[in-house]
Amino acid sequence: MLLQLADLEVRYGTIPALKGITLDVGDGEIVTLLGANGAGKTTTLRTISGLQRAWRGTITFAGTDLGHMAPHEVMALGIGHVPEGRRIFPRMTVLENLEMGAYRRRGSIRPDLDRVFGLFPVLGERRKQAGGTLSGGEQQMLAIARSLMGQPRLLLLDEPSMGLAPLIVRDIFAIIRQIRADGTTILLVEQNATQALRLADRGYVMENGVIVMTDRAEQLLRDPRVRAAYLGETAGAGG
Amino acid sequence: MSTVRAPTPLLRRLWLSTDARRLAACVAGGLVLAVMTGPEGSGTAPTSGFTGSLGNSRVIGFVVFGVVLWLLMTARQRYGTEIRAVSDRLSAAPRRLLPDKRVRGVFYLVLLGIAIGYPTVLNGFWQEVLVDQIGVYVLLALGLNVVVGYAGLLDLGYIAFYAIGAYSAAYWTGALPVHPLFHLNAFYAIPLAVLAAMLAGVILGAPTLRLRGDYLAIVTLGFGEIIEIVANNLQGVTGGAQGVIGIPHFSIHFLGVVYHWGLGSLPYYYLLLGFIVVVLIAFHFLENSRVGRAWVAIREDEVAAESSGINVLKYKVMAFAIGASTSGLAGMVEASKIGFVEPGDFTVQLSILILVLVIFGGMGSLPGAVIGAAVLQFLPQYLRVHPLFGFQQQDLYLYLGAILVVMMIFRPVGVFPSRRRKRELGLAEHGVGSADAMESTTGPIS
Repeated sequence: MLLQLADLEVRYGTIPALKGITLDVGDGEIVTLLGANGAGKTTTLRTISGLQRAWRGTITFAGTDLGHMAPHEVMALGIGHVPEGRRIFPRMTVLENLEMGAYRRRGSIRPDLDRVFGLFPVLGERRKQAGGTLSGGEQQMLAIARSLMGQPRLLLLDEPSMGLAPLIVRDIFAIIRQIRADGTTILLVEQNATQALRLADRGYVMENGVIVMTDRAEQLLRDPRVRAAYLGETAGAGG
Repeated sequence: MSTVRAPTPLLRRLWLSTDARRLAACVAGGLVLAVMTGPEGSGTAPTSGFTGSLGNSRVIGFVVFGVVLWLLMTARQRYGTEIRAVSDRLSAAPRRLLPDKRVRGVFYLVLLGIAIGYPTVLNGFWQEVLVDQIGVYVLLALGLNVVVGYAGLLDLGYIAFYAIGAYSAAYWTGALPVHPLFHLNAFYAIPLAVLAAMLAGVILGAPTLRLRGDYLAIVTLGFGEIIEIVANNLQGVTGGAQGVIGIPHFSIHFLGVVYHWGLGSLPYYYLLLGFIVVVLIAFHFLENSRVGRAWVAIREDEVAAESSGINVLKYKVMAFAIGASTSGLAGMVEASKIGFVEPGDFTVQLSILILVLVIFGGMGSLPGAVIGAAVLQFLPQYLRVHPLFGFQQQDLYLYLGAILVVMMIFRPVGVFPSRRRKRELGLAEHGVGSADAMESTTGPIS
């Protein structure tokens, strides 16, 4: 297993956000974490990358315990985090954004630039443009590309489809598939359950800070409870 | 004969005109300013405050000020885009005229030559102003520019580090009531004073720089107050409210070189000039280094910076410590120059003043910090000795506030903005991101 969370608990003050999460991601997998708003998906990712302190439990990445590591140390181990809401540097150019993604690296970043411009041609066209002037989809692409510049072994993606048009979501999901094919493991947090499950190998379903279900993605896609709760098959359901 | 239409009364027409109403407001504002900065009333003659300031020739100056402000506003409204184009071209002129590195080098050398030569023809008063008011504050502004302009951290207690530098000077030269570990010549105490200020910066910064924006501003504000109050009340160590006297002038006895900085201002001026040049060169390289890029990233988005693998806390503490040590250096030099230190020199207003200098010049811009400090520190002195204006020192902050308001309306990037900062504010005006990184996005603790 590349990443293992065991019995992870996180609290905001006294309010529990994660109440004992156990989850693992194997090398080369795409694993998706589904759930409604406030279920604890983003908190899980933030805790893995060190932006949030764990209250109890362990996070192990490639045999290393991540407990109490600062975000930049976690990143140095090979975990890339594309945070919720993209969070690109709005006043830096596209190129500068990408260079920031490679901040911790020595040596030439030329091949990586070529790679991400290959994955996202539109970024290559706009390399001199300020990040904040890009469209939502382009900003999401920039956020992913910036993460890739750090050459992560594991990429944490927090709702890459948020607020984007269906066509662009399809493009981005295709690129995620490509990134995995290039050898990067992916943990994907999504509300867009159908597409996420079509892309992923396995999935976890979260509710109120606990994992309520886990299975292979195609099983989850067929599961009536998942269909009812997240795929909107019953009236009034959905996240 | 056609019907006679009653003309709209003149007054009513004036009232309906925005321009006229705005002119009235501007002139009224000028009059208020005249009264507020004029003589005070007293118990026996309560109205003398008004009569003294409105019946005096200086009221003309304030009315003119109001009219000029009105002209500026009106012109901006009518010819805003043209004015902006001209001012953009003007501010880009140095870069366009000096594209060649060598030409620019010569330009800087000429500036340096003027800075070296010109003060010798000034009289004693202006030489003193050049050290106490301009040189020291240029150094302070340069230091705060690293904290506020580069790293985007709002430090409202910046003067505390200046105090620490000054009291270090007093400590190592034996001027304080407590005896130092060993006596030092003031000149050799400079590194120790700088070190003390830097250490204070790290000690304050390490725990508090986890805070964001407004929270950090409040903590630094508190720190500034603490230092001032401690200096005031710790009589046995700091000499209390009377301060300490007898801090010696600098002197060098080294490898046959003997020099003594005496009462004159010029030697101190050249020492400060040397420090400023060194600091300018160092900060210029810092700005364009990896460290500088990390600061830009932190200023833009802390979470994104962290996700990019930047050790945010480390670089913030670094900015804080660099700013603090520059402030300490300034405090050390000034303490030795005037020979005494008192807690009243380290009030919160001075922290604000230095912040205003940086904002006025253009945050994150080295020429901006120098020009901002030099101009804003020179003007009050000039107006003070000028017979027509009759500027009083206690009104300084009134004027500074007015200048800031006018600046924020007409040129929010500062007089001499850095290219990057200008882009940031330009984008912010179009609703992309916010104008500065001093906002709190998610809460007090990251």
